[in-house]
Amino acid sequence: MTDVALEVENLRVVLENTEIDIVDDVSFSLVPGEILGLVGESGSGKTTVGLAILGHSRRGASFAGGSIRIAGEDVLAKSEAQLRSMRGRVVSYVPQDPASALNPAVRIETQLNETIQAHRGSNGDVRGRLNEMLAEVLLPQDKEFLRRYPHQLSGGQQQRVALAMAFANRPRVIVLDEPTTGLDVTTQAHVLATVRDLCEAHGVAAVYVSHDLAVVANLASRVAVMYAGRVVETGPTQTLFLRAAHPYTRRLVEAIPELSGRHALVGIPGTAPRSGHRPTGCFFAPRCTFAQPTCELALPPRELVAGGHEVRCYRHEAVLQESLAARAAATPPAEVKAADGLVAVRGVQASHGPRQVLFDVELVVRPHECVALVGESGSGKTTLARCIAGLHANYEGDIAFRGSQLPAGSRARDRETRRQIQYVFQSPYSSLNPRKTIEQIIGQPLRLFFDLGGSEARSRMVDTLETVQLGPSVLDRYPHHLSGGERQRVAIARALVASPQLLICDEVTSALDVSVQAAIVDLLADLQRELGLGLLFVTHNLALIRTLAQEVAVMSEGRIVERGLVDRVLDRPSAEYTRKLLSDTPSLETALAAAT
Amino acid sequence: MTEQAIAIAAPPVPRQRPWVLLLKGTWRQGRTKVGVLIVVALVAIAGVGPFFAPYAPDAPVKHGNGEFALPFEPPSSYAPLGTDNIGRDVLSRFLWGGRSVLALSVLATALGAILGIGVGLLAAYSRGMGDEVVMRAMDVVLAFPQLVFALVLVATVGPSLWLLVLAVGLTTMPRVARVTRGASLEVVERDFIRAAESIGLPKRKILFGEILPNVTSPLVVEVTLRLTFNIAVIAALSFLGFGLQPPAADWGLMVNENRQGLLVGQPWGVLLPVIAIGLLTVGTSLIGDGFSRAAIGIERGSGGD
Repeated sequence: MTDVALEVENLRVVLENTEIDIVDDVSFSLVPGEILGLVGESGSGKTTVGLAILGHSRRGASFAGGSIRIAGEDVLAKSEAQLRSMRGRVVSYVPQDPASALNPAVRIETQLNETIQAHRGSNGDVRGRLNEMLAEVLLPQDKEFLRRYPHQLSGGQQQRVALAMAFANRPRVIVLDEPTTGLDVTTQAHVLATVRDLCEAHGVAAVYVSHDLAVVANLASRVAVMYAGRVVETGPTQTLFLRAAHPYTRRLVEAIPELSGRHALVGIPGTAPRSGHRPTGCFFAPRCTFAQPTCELALPPRELVAGGHEVRCYRHEAVLQESLAARAAATPPAEVKAADGLVAVRGVQASHGPRQVLFDVELVVRPHECVALVGESGSGKTTLARCIAGLHANYEGDIAFRGSQLPAGSRARDRETRRQIQYVFQSPYSSLNPRKTIEQIIGQPLRLFFDLGGSEARSRMVDTLETVQLGPSVLDRYPHHLSGGERQRVAIARALVASPQLLICDEVTSALDVSVQAAIVDLLADLQRELGLGLLFVTHNLALIRTLAQEVAVMSEGRIVERGLVDRVLDRPSAEYTRKLLSDTPSLETALAAAT
Repeated sequence: MTEQAIAIAAPPVPRQRPWVLLLKGTWRQGRTKVGVLIVVALVAIAGVGPFFAPYAPDAPVKHGNGEFALPFEPPSSYAPLGTDNIGRDVLSRFLWGGRSVLALSVLATALGAILGIGVGLLAAYSRGMGDEVVMRAMDVVLAFPQLVFALVLVATVGPSLWLLVLAVGLTTMPRVARVTRGASLEVVERDFIRAAESIGLPKRKILFGEILPNVTSPLVVEVTLRLTFNIAVIAALSFLGFGLQPPAADWGLMVNENRQGLLVGQPWGVLLPVIAIGLLTVGTSLIGDGFSRAAIGIERGSGGD
């Protein structure tokens, strides 16, 4: 036995039967109880590395070199049967979506028992062990709870059950793959605290795979940043975020929204190259502001900057010269002169079937103003947005648009009203018809609202695409040819092409990577300023709104609990709920401040 | 900072319309090629065969001496595949008799597909009560066995071709409707449908412009399968005498007329149409199979990113 729990050395995973690597030359090691944050954008190979630790490669991928040693034994050299006996006992996994990891037809109790018995046999005090497990993850231990099925639990509870199962047999290593992505900030804070405590208490080494640097900063003691299948920088959390030596890490840090909102959110232009399309030399060079011609010649080697801080960049000395504090200051949102409401919501009550989800809601959006609507999932914020957009007709109360009452439901409204209120949906993967080209998608509102077709429509489309920073070449592509960020830009362009007065953005960044989120928020802020749009920005992330919104309304359980100017609400919250939301929002600044 | 040029990586796949990809994927498979070969051959026989037929379909075979041929004569120089139950040329009647089976089954399937797709899309999109009412009505139609339903209809109104098409078309409808609805249920929940609603796109365009293109793969498979079944049903109805009426030539009818030929050693009047109908169903189902395999491939190919 060594005191190293996990050691990954020169791991290389390739597309099956090819030399095209998905990840290559990945090395890191963990001591018991240590948590490593494995960070990167989607497609960076972080999940591939996470799964490799369990000896698993996704279909179409295979291991082509390197070693992964857990407590001295090489995982990659094991047979499938040996791996099965290791998984859950020596190394375990917590997936992104707990609902898919639990069997929906089997009671919680049975599933937890299976986990215990799978590696210990049925002898021993199973029942006592079960209670211990539940207590560890702060779940109730009563019979009634154990007899539930997974769908009868909340998302947070499901994730706790998955955690309990992962920790059940005291593994040496645990891999957590974005386990809090679908959860509310409050639930996320609880789950993260549980992970931290359990790892510490039982000496379990954890690899926490995530694209959210703020979460990682709060949880991990060390961070490895992945880009295009390589670890580009690794080091102690604080060093890495305060003195990042790789330009990519810097850009990631700059893309994180902060509650204080002192810095402008800056996205990273372009997309990471996919495997098989990677340039020679440094993979980040085409997107890098520090790049020199020499960067394009060969992949930079790993270089030690300081104790435990490694970086793959020829220019790291120049990068380190530039202080992170020198980030561009945010442009404050423009002041709004008092004006009549563009949209005024008064006393709205709405229900989904028999369940009431909105209680007596009041909200005003003025012309040229951005109002942020903040709340956790299930707070009714999307329902409210949909009532205004005419997508949810089952409400009582009064919604007025430019002084006259809006009929419920878009079909009851006239064409002009429908044109003036446009909606951008949460997931660009679902809001664009996969069987239509971008030209058909953006052309539809033009035909419908302006009876435009042919070359005039095309030139309008090209203009609109330009405002969302896309080239005309996307017009004849299908949505699946575009990345998530590009798709969301297309969705925004589809809304803008109708020349709306009110744009409703429903969680438009929550399906996107942090770097893309920053770019989209930045884009929306610019558009709102330039086009003078009224903007209703629905989000669960308080950190996003400072640079964008003038006013904020905080929703909880169907009621607006606090309304006011953004600075006032974020700096001096009056509602208990807002305070709680603020304290649970993961923040890089507070995490780093707390550590020093 | 707004001046960010968004570089778009060259797409790794050639940009092609999804249905072109489906057709290509289908054609790439050996089974499709065999199926198409069979179907094309039989359609050619039914389509241009009559031009090569030695006799008119209802003309009796005359021997060189001016005498009419007897029933069930074995193959001879006058009738290459012998004569049928009343002394007509089997080959000529076979060449003439394919048109009705093909035309009727294609028409009936097309009718059933159009009705079924419309009903299925409407049911999936309206959800709730509308869905219930429409789909229970479909279940009522589905409860009648296809043959029995056609028999009842034809027996009450009397045999006519449009009725045959209507009967088989109507019984095809609920089956297509179920598949359409099933495939569309998931599509109507997606946000691009909400997007279309919010800008007030007419319902007709949402059904046929937004939903339909997303369910074509399972539909093509289902409709090809229905065609296979309907060929058999139409042939069976003709066999029972509800299709074309004598003395017209029809493959199903031929089998019935020439049954006794099997006993007296002149099997061609039965064998020829039976083999043709059998091969036709095999051919169409091979094509359908090709479609379904290609459809799965397409879903895999584009769902990964």
